[in-house]
Amino acid sequence: MPPYAAASGGTDAEGVSHVQTVLAHRVTRRVVEAVLTLLGVAVLVFVMLRVIPGNQITATLGTEASAALTPGQQAALRAYYGLDQPPVVQFFGWLGNVLGGNLGISQRTGQSVLDMTLAALPVTIELAILATLFGLLLGVPLAMLSASRANGARDAAGQLVGLAALSIPSFLLGAVLLAFVSKYFHYNPSAQGFARLLSDPGLNLQQMLFPSLVLGFGLAAPIMRTGRSALLEVQSQDFVRTARGKGVAPLRVQIRHVLHNALVPIVTMTGIQFGYLLGGAVVVEQIFSVPGIGRQVLIGLQQKEYAVVQSTVLVIALSFVLVNLLTDLLYRVIDPRVRAS
Amino acid sequence: MTIDVTAASLGVTVGRTRAPVWRRLLRSHSGQAGLLLTAIIAVSAAAAAFGLTPHDPIAQVPIDRLQAPSPTYWFGTDQFGRDIFSRSIAGVANSLTVAIVAVSLSAVIGTLAGVSAGFFGGGVRAPILAVTNVLFAFPPLLLALSLASAFARSWVTIAVAIAIVYVPIFVRVTRGPVLSLRESDFVKAARVLGFPTSRILFRHVLPNILPIVIVQVTLSMSWAVLTEASLSFLGLGTPPPAPSLGSMVLDAKTLVESAWWTMAAPGAVIVIFVVGLNLLGDGLRDALDPRHGDNG
Repeated sequence: MPPYAAASGGTDAEGVSHVQTVLAHRVTRRVVEAVLTLLGVAVLVFVMLRVIPGNQITATLGTEASAALTPGQQAALRAYYGLDQPPVVQFFGWLGNVLGGNLGISQRTGQSVLDMTLAALPVTIELAILATLFGLLLGVPLAMLSASRANGARDAAGQLVGLAALSIPSFLLGAVLLAFVSKYFHYNPSAQGFARLLSDPGLNLQQMLFPSLVLGFGLAAPIMRTGRSALLEVQSQDFVRTARGKGVAPLRVQIRHVLHNALVPIVTMTGIQFGYLLGGAVVVEQIFSVPGIGRQVLIGLQQKEYAVVQSTVLVIALSFVLVNLLTDLLYRVIDPRVRAS
Repeated sequence: MTIDVTAASLGVTVGRTRAPVWRRLLRSHSGQAGLLLTAIIAVSAAAAAFGLTPHDPIAQVPIDRLQAPSPTYWFGTDQFGRDIFSRSIAGVANSLTVAIVAVSLSAVIGTLAGVSAGFFGGGVRAPILAVTNVLFAFPPLLLALSLASAFARSWVTIAVAIAIVYVPIFVRVTRGPVLSLRESDFVKAARVLGFPTSRILFRHVLPNILPIVIVQVTLSMSWAVLTEASLSFLGLGTPPPAPSLGSMVLDAKTLVESAWWTMAAPGAVIVIFVVGLNLLGDGLRDALDPRHGDNG
């Protein structure tokens, strides 16, 4: 037993508890920040939706019919929809309802927005998970290919695919893929009604394959670019040369030593792209008729359904803020260097 | 002299060394290719803006509907007999206008906000960062979508919506460097000499973050073009009959199995457009930032 171990024991424990206090403070600050941000998000969503030309009455009855209403009927309808209240009252009324789990009711279908969201959210989450999987499966090997010889032919090929993934819009890739496969292979699983994962997993996965491939292809670009520069940086470090010098097999060096140490930036980048996934989901769900949360917003916008759009956008922003918060906290746990700084 | 020292510590090259930046851009393959593609796109867009297209992009010729590419109609015609080549070029001009207006707005507002948030204290910083955080809480495309549908449909609305989405990005990329510039010796010296704050900001701080802003502008241009196209594809972008690359792809979706050219031309034009801007952005970043120089 070295003599200094016992002596430094106390200060070590103090050091740890100090680090923990600092960490707890930071975590609290991040959480408070996230809550404040969400409040701002709620205000912005509310204001945005109030500005849309036309209101709930014109959306339900059509512009002509609502123009033909008598002033009395108009006032009654405005009172019915709560449009006669001052905006601030309307806002807090809506926020109170949302916090109580009441997200409003769709005027067209009469369904509660909470039920619609609960049905749509798992579909989009499945899409996001599959897309992330495809993005990693494409992006990480491409990054390794590129980094295996910087500025060589393999690097050029890898970077070319990365550039394509960055530059081909998902709506174009989706439309081309859909047309190509249905013309030459007469295969279009999306033509049938959407199958839910739990009721018909086989058909569901067929229907999810193309949307998640398209979304994953776009995701591969940032993963590939981040991965490539992270791998190049790790490769040039001394411990990699040491491992090579020891005679470790090249593939093992690449995976155990290089890739392992380059994972943190790759994971972070993947987490950051969650927003891209949610936004991209709007486009991809529209093309492939996937009844996810993005399509719910889009249909709501087209039909001017205040309640649907307002609450759905809020739910999306909430999940985005939560994922960012979790990524941030997780990152501090994974990488001790972030914790220390 | 002092400016060069700090610029080097920031990892960017400014001032007297500007000429080599262009030379460095032209030396890299991605810079060359990016410049070439962007130039082709910009020239055709300018031509379309002055009405120099082979056919009228919105004139309908019913006899010539859905013609395959031919010497008369280079890229074929659509379901209304409109020339797809002319429409693609005019669509590029529209996209480019939206992108330029959007990115200029967000670059100016975002840079001013970012510089202020970095240079001044809490009273200025806190509200700017709060707004930035709120805007960052939305997936970009969803925010653009909601904003664009909140106002009457026109290209100005689209440009403003995209601008609002990108303001926080410019705030974030400029604020960090300004934080370190504020503590640099030459800014402190300027303060001690009693220069007014506006002079310090415009003569000493802004020129030093300009390279970062330029690179960000180029990369944002490609996102703005993609966003405009995506919005149009979703039916919430540039209103018809004005040609837009996104809505051309949307129209082609139902026609493509019998008339492939309806999608091929606008699709290829979007991809070339965005590839060019991305390559130019990468090339500029490598040329302006020595840390990226060798392996970028």
